[in-house]
Amino acid sequence: MIRRVLLLAFLALVCLPGPARAEPFADAVQALSAKGFRERTEAVEALAATGDARAVAILEALSEGALQTTADDRVVMVRGGTAVDAATGEVLAEPGPLNRITVNNSLRRAIRESLGRLGLFAAEPARRQAAAEALLNTQPSQESAAMLREALANESERRVRSAMEFSLAAMDLVAEDKTQRLEAIEVLSGSLDRRVRSMLQGRLAQEEDAEVRAAVEDALESIQTQVKVINFVSNLFQGLSLGSVLLLAAIGLAVTFGVMGVINMAHGEMIMLGAYTTFVVQEIFRAALPTAAFDLYLVVALPVAFAVTFLVGVGLERGIIRFLYGRPLETLLATWGISLALQQVVRSIFGATNKEVANPSWMTGGVEVVGGLMLTYNRIVIVLFALAVLAGLAALLRWSSFGLHMRAVTQNRPMASAMGIRTGRVDAMTFGLGSGIAGIAGVALSQIGNVSPNLGQAYIVDSFMVVVFGGVGSLWGTLVGAMSLGMVNKFLEPYAGAMLGKILVLVAIILFIQKRPRGLFALKGRSVEN
Amino acid sequence: MGPITSRLVALNSTQGWIAFAAFGLVMAVLVPVLNLMVPPSSAFHVPDYVVALMGKYLCYAILALSLDLIWGYCGVLSLGQGAFFALGGYAMGMYMMRSIGERGVYGNPLLPDFMVFLNWTELPWYWLGFDQFWFAVLMVFAVPGLLAFVFGWLAFRSRITGVYLSIITQAMTYALMLAFFRNEMGFGGNNGLTDFKDILGFELSARSTRVGLYVSSVIALGLAFLLCRFIVSSKLGRVLVAVRDAESRVRFLGYSVTNVKLFVFTVSAMLAGLAGALYVPQVGIINPSEFSPAQSIEVAVWVAVGGRGTLVGAILGAFAVNGAKTWLTGVAPEVWLFFLGGLFIIVTLLLPKGLLGLYASLRARFASVKAEEKRHA
Repeated sequence: MIRRVLLLAFLALVCLPGPARAEPFADAVQALSAKGFRERTEAVEALAATGDARAVAILEALSEGALQTTADDRVVMVRGGTAVDAATGEVLAEPGPLNRITVNNSLRRAIRESLGRLGLFAAEPARRQAAAEALLNTQPSQESAAMLREALANESERRVRSAMEFSLAAMDLVAEDKTQRLEAIEVLSGSLDRRVRSMLQGRLAQEEDAEVRAAVEDALESIQTQVKVINFVSNLFQGLSLGSVLLLAAIGLAVTFGVMGVINMAHGEMIMLGAYTTFVVQEIFRAALPTAAFDLYLVVALPVAFAVTFLVGVGLERGIIRFLYGRPLETLLATWGISLALQQVVRSIFGATNKEVANPSWMTGGVEVVGGLMLTYNRIVIVLFALAVLAGLAALLRWSSFGLHMRAVTQNRPMASAMGIRTGRVDAMTFGLGSGIAGIAGVALSQIGNVSPNLGQAYIVDSFMVVVFGGVGSLWGTLVGAMSLGMVNKFLEPYAGAMLGKILVLVAIILFIQKRPRGLFALKGRSVEN
Repeated sequence: MGPITSRLVALNSTQGWIAFAAFGLVMAVLVPVLNLMVPPSSAFHVPDYVVALMGKYLCYAILALSLDLIWGYCGVLSLGQGAFFALGGYAMGMYMMRSIGERGVYGNPLLPDFMVFLNWTELPWYWLGFDQFWFAVLMVFAVPGLLAFVFGWLAFRSRITGVYLSIITQAMTYALMLAFFRNEMGFGGNNGLTDFKDILGFELSARSTRVGLYVSSVIALGLAFLLCRFIVSSKLGRVLVAVRDAESRVRFLGYSVTNVKLFVFTVSAMLAGLAGALYVPQVGIINPSEFSPAQSIEVAVWVAVGGRGTLVGAILGAFAVNGAKTWLTGVAPEVWLFFLGGLFIIVTLLLPKGLLGLYASLRARFASVKAEEKRHA
């Protein structure tokens, strides 16, 4: 505080023969109309030093050439034809002849820097943080450092504080005092900003003091380790996210293929239908309901998508697939035919182009755990959702009477039938369930990818790989299969690139199946035989 | 007659040989004559595009034969036939790329245009030798054959059967597609190989070359048919069918199921490669989309439509479905996928033996009706 007052007093003394020294702000504004550029530059800095929010508009006006003087030497801002007194905010009805305050390059630079520093005192934390981060780029100067110190003293927001500390430390890095430099290096070793790294490297090239050099080297090393850890965690999250996408796509398949043994090549199209149902629900919400309700559309889309794909699934099972039981290769071909037809149906109704499905507001954005590691909400929601769907399905199979019937039919069909279970009905319901789960997977996947008629094709090979890798008929295997494929893919990506990583994974699975033809978690016992 | 000759003669019945010869004459002699000799004004003239189209269908027919051999006779639904087809095509494409020589856009005598474009300075090692036609032809058979041999050895040895095999062959072709899309692979990436100028010194745009390629395809199809016929009518062929119908029993009887399957799988891959090699000069381009799993599955429907387990059925199916495709995509493109999808469903649900099966059952019914009438008369 004392520094600021001193600075102001000093400036006030130097610059102006002003009429009244009522307050520093008004004085500084008045000083802007001074004759020389040097004086004006000092006035700009004085204005910035007040930390007054009004100064922003005035400095912007000055740089745009909208700051003018009246005949009686009042400084006014001219906006849209009306002149306003810059210091008091009073509107001048008849300003009379006006004189523009001219700006040159060095003055413009001063304005820019001052605007940056003024941001440090803005009301919104985001702007304060942006201002602090922007100062990392500027030439270190006494004034900026002073302002930063003062802002830091008043700051309570954690993020903003750390941004300010880093910027301040970056300025202290070139300080004369050795201990100050060492302290700055200590602080900077906690920053993950690329600019900080290059700044430290630059320091290392120039520094002559051995102790400081060692400190810089340590700091760089510590940053390197932190970056590695963060990359690892970020890969982990990406892998988890991809794994949950694969899991969602594969759970339904684990039911139709794993439990029923039906090769459903139209599974991807069920996902696609779910995604298009989401699109339709979204359009209905947009057209018929108030904007406030829009965020709920996804919640409504879930049961609707489940219902639509459930019905389509039951229809397919009763109409086509039940005639093909016991002939898996024919089932594969017939369901491939179904998938082609479904794609064309959707293409005819909605067109071949991508449809836009918006994230509801509670799924946009993300949370930044530490610097550089951003977890987006839609990804987090999908990870949780995938696990919830899996848990729900496992519970359904384990504890509901329908689940019991389903297991009975898969284990021993004639015996189940003899016990009075209507096996045909169970077949239809099971296929419907698998399709319905694919449908709600489609709702989730519409949030992170394109919705187009080809949507399902993108997932079909992958989801079969997950089921085969994990072990057919085992939900646990599906979970482990999906997650490990997701992880391996993401961890390979930095070394091999996305495409090659995927190829390597495919080759690895093909080789893996040679070793364990029935997957990671193979079923044991009688039910395996057929 | 020596034993080999008599074995060859016994490949077809007399009727069969007559049909074979008639088909061969019409396709290999009559069509070219009507195309080249008869003036365009005449009603008998066969236009150029028909010849080009037929050439394509002939290659598809060889591809269908290759799938029929492994699926129809051995019960192994390989969804990787498209990959072998494309590999054969790439091998031929590489030869034609290299024979462009200095006539490319960049005029580099050694490197194909796309490599110059990628700033490559040296020819990758796997492109060496492809300036020789004989080497390319060798590779047309060797590359798909070797891939099928290694892949099949791994898969059949660990007794991967049924849909599992279908799924991993599909994964194989999918992985290859992704690989060939990469520019770094050195096969032209997304665009593939194209802008071919000539083959064996004959200009590709010339009419006579096109007809020559067409006739070669007819001959290749004929030979492929005879080869398949030879295999399925041999003792090995009987084991094949036995493996299809009761794999475990064949194994218990002391046959090596793995070796049998491996043999047909490799032969079938080589046939697919041949089909691809003939296909590429006729259409003038090969790109990674040929590897897409959808292409391979489509081959299955050709075979199923014609009639599985009958070699003629595979050829018939390839012509029928592709004829319908050409016609429908011209008249009403949006209907084509419905039609194809419907075909898959109808063939599996209602026509498990395909068109040939339908014909046979119709004839049987007609015959029984006639017999009935005779008895009553």
